[in-house]
Amino acid sequence: MLGKTAGGLFWMQRYLERSENIARLVDAGFRIALTRSAAAEDEWASVLITAGVRRAYAARYDKVDGSSVINFLLRDKANPSSVMSVIEGARNNARRVRTALTREVWEATNECWMTLKEALRGPISDNDLPDVLALIRQQSAQVRGAQSGTMMRNDIYFFAQLGAFVERADSTARILDVKYYVLLPSLSYVGSSLDNVQWETILRSVSAYRAFRWINPGETNPRNIARFMILDQVMPRSLAFCAGRMAGALEAIAREYGGSDGSLELACSLRRDLETANIDMIVDNGLHQFIQDFIKRTNVISAQIEQEFRFYR
Amino acid sequence: MTGDEKHFDEMLRADNSVRDPYSDFCSWYDAQDSGRLRTKARDAENFFRRTDITFAVYGEEDAGERLIPFDIVPRIISGREWSRLSRGIEQRVRAINAFLHDIYHRQEILRAGRVPIELIAKNDAFLPQMIGMDPPGGIYTHIIGVDIVRTGPDQFYVLEDNARTPSGVSYMLENRETMLHMFPELFRKNRVREVSDYPRKLRRSLAASAPRACNGSPEIAVLTPGIHNSAYFEHSFLADQMGAELVEGHDLRVIDGRVAMRTTQGYRPLDVIYRRVDDDYLDPLTFRPDSSLGVPGIMDVYRAGGITIANAPGTGIADDKAIYSYMPEIIEFYTGEKAILENVPTWRCSEADSLAYVIEHLAELVVKEVHGSGGYGMLVGPAASRKEIAAFRAKLKARPANYIAQPTLALSTVPIMTRQGLAPRHVDLRPFVLVSPHGIDITPGGLTRVALKKGSLVVNSSQGGGTKDSWVLDE
Repeated sequence: MLGKTAGGLFWMQRYLERSENIARLVDAGFRIALTRSAAAEDEWASVLITAGVRRAYAARYDKVDGSSVINFLLRDKANPSSVMSVIEGARNNARRVRTALTREVWEATNECWMTLKEALRGPISDNDLPDVLALIRQQSAQVRGAQSGTMMRNDIYFFAQLGAFVERADSTARILDVKYYVLLPSLSYVGSSLDNVQWETILRSVSAYRAFRWINPGETNPRNIARFMILDQVMPRSLAFCAGRMAGALEAIAREYGGSDGSLELACSLRRDLETANIDMIVDNGLHQFIQDFIKRTNVISAQIEQEFRFYR
Repeated sequence: MTGDEKHFDEMLRADNSVRDPYSDFCSWYDAQDSGRLRTKARDAENFFRRTDITFAVYGEEDAGERLIPFDIVPRIISGREWSRLSRGIEQRVRAINAFLHDIYHRQEILRAGRVPIELIAKNDAFLPQMIGMDPPGGIYTHIIGVDIVRTGPDQFYVLEDNARTPSGVSYMLENRETMLHMFPELFRKNRVREVSDYPRKLRRSLAASAPRACNGSPEIAVLTPGIHNSAYFEHSFLADQMGAELVEGHDLRVIDGRVAMRTTQGYRPLDVIYRRVDDDYLDPLTFRPDSSLGVPGIMDVYRAGGITIANAPGTGIADDKAIYSYMPEIIEFYTGEKAILENVPTWRCSEADSLAYVIEHLAELVVKEVHGSGGYGMLVGPAASRKEIAAFRAKLKARPANYIAQPTLALSTVPIMTRQGLAPRHVDLRPFVLVSPHGIDITPGGLTRVALKKGSLVVNSSQGGGTKDSWVLDE
């Protein structure tokens, strides 16, 4: 496979994953704004930070208000991480690597782009927002469905998987990084309504509110949530799960290629560290530090993958 | 609908009776509900859009991706008509390859005085770098798309020999797929000759021209200028269908005397490049130094027998519009036979008498740039305003050698579906020809382009043309 093709698959999937993550952040932010209007502005500000676009937003708007943030995050072309920008990025990369995609995957990706371009053409009102968010979820689910149903499990698939899990790991880590203080026992007021809202938002940002309730019925405390988000082996957006999938994809590629050159080792070591860690240790040694360290290691792995498999254009 | 007297209609005779090849189609068509057909036509368009079978139009305000309109009425050619056509095409393609070999070696045709030497010596399409070079397998034009127009039941003219990088074959293939999908019943009634094995044949044909340096199964790649090229869809389509890599210049490098592509596991040598990049951009060390679309040093590898470039550099000298007018002589010179397909009478404006005639008769003629393509920069006299003609006359006088002129041919028509029912529109045909050391293969049919505007003679997709599925009946 061409190095450029591997890079295109990686970035196509990163962008697709990002579009979903952004939609999820908007969803969680919107919910807070509806239920706790007093907390809305703070919440939107932290959504912008989590999405990594606070500066880009500030360059265009003077104040943080729901409607501007929503439109900036969903459809502003000036925002490189808006849903519309990343869907276009995903589609351009798919077009570039079209020979590596099944017809189904290409058509689903192209249709996702056409549909969302139409849906995000004009400003989104609060009334339309739930439908638009549902459409974004549904369109990207169709791409993922086509991928899961029609792609061979070879290097093509695993480079795409790497893109998805590098992006997802980064996204979950950023959510934790922005909200880590909520999860610190010393700063939290257990049982207070403010904290409940914050926890709930964190869980909603990763679509795991219900899952968490099922696993921890009646036992909502910060430590449990931190453990769930960081170490849970079956929650598909936890840091441990993402690290496991990254290492797994690199293992599969190494099997196919008959060896590996650095990235596999880094990913395996990250996976091992998350398998053996426990939440008390993490909190005692500094939650913030731990998350920062995780983000750094993911970036190093990502850069190593790009170099090792000759992504450069 | 009635056929008019001026133009030959391929479906209906002047008395409105149906010509044989169309008889099954017409009885089927008459039994169809027009609403249902329109829905089907819309479905076809959605399908093209979803699959992104698009092309980009250069120089337009909104240079986005556009669809080439597809008309659902097939263009039908009888087996008898096709066998004569294909004999003529084969003869022509054989002569073109012989001409190219000669012109880059002993130049017998120039010595014999059959083609004027200035036409070669002063021609940008002639590449001195190719002199004395033997392309692998002796093949110059692996892929040719000969443009043919029809003016009567047995009257076919070759309009252009596209011997460089002809495009459109993906539309031929997708049009057929679309028709099979929409109207399977039509293919049960009519025995239409298959086109879908073109990519397999293309691969086989390219592999058969692998260079000496190749050991084992040839590694083939399609070289594209990139996703912004107007024919990018076709490049990726062909690579995909052949199971070949789709590469851009920056994926390639010359290593140890081979052209190699950068893969996830290091550099791997290539044997055959089906390039969709023009000669000028192929190698910045040999041709345009500012080109980033090519591969520095590829021409050295080529000359040393390390890679096959399809088509060979320098084939443009054979489809140059000034050379075109000599094709009847060229065919006779190399094959010893009269040309089976006719050439359109051509005035070379470089010659004073011809220029004088052309200037007098601009309103009746089609004038083309010698090196132009895609319908850009041409004048269709009968359709042009006085102002346009005056402006063109000035251009022509300033650089006469840059132009040739031809009579406006009474191009045949084939009906298209309109809101008011069937209506005749002018068409041309581009059959696709593969050449390998094993022989010449012509895909039955080709791409029919149709001028959608009533009365228009310009079929180019960049100028509002559409396409049709083209059938050759198995008889």
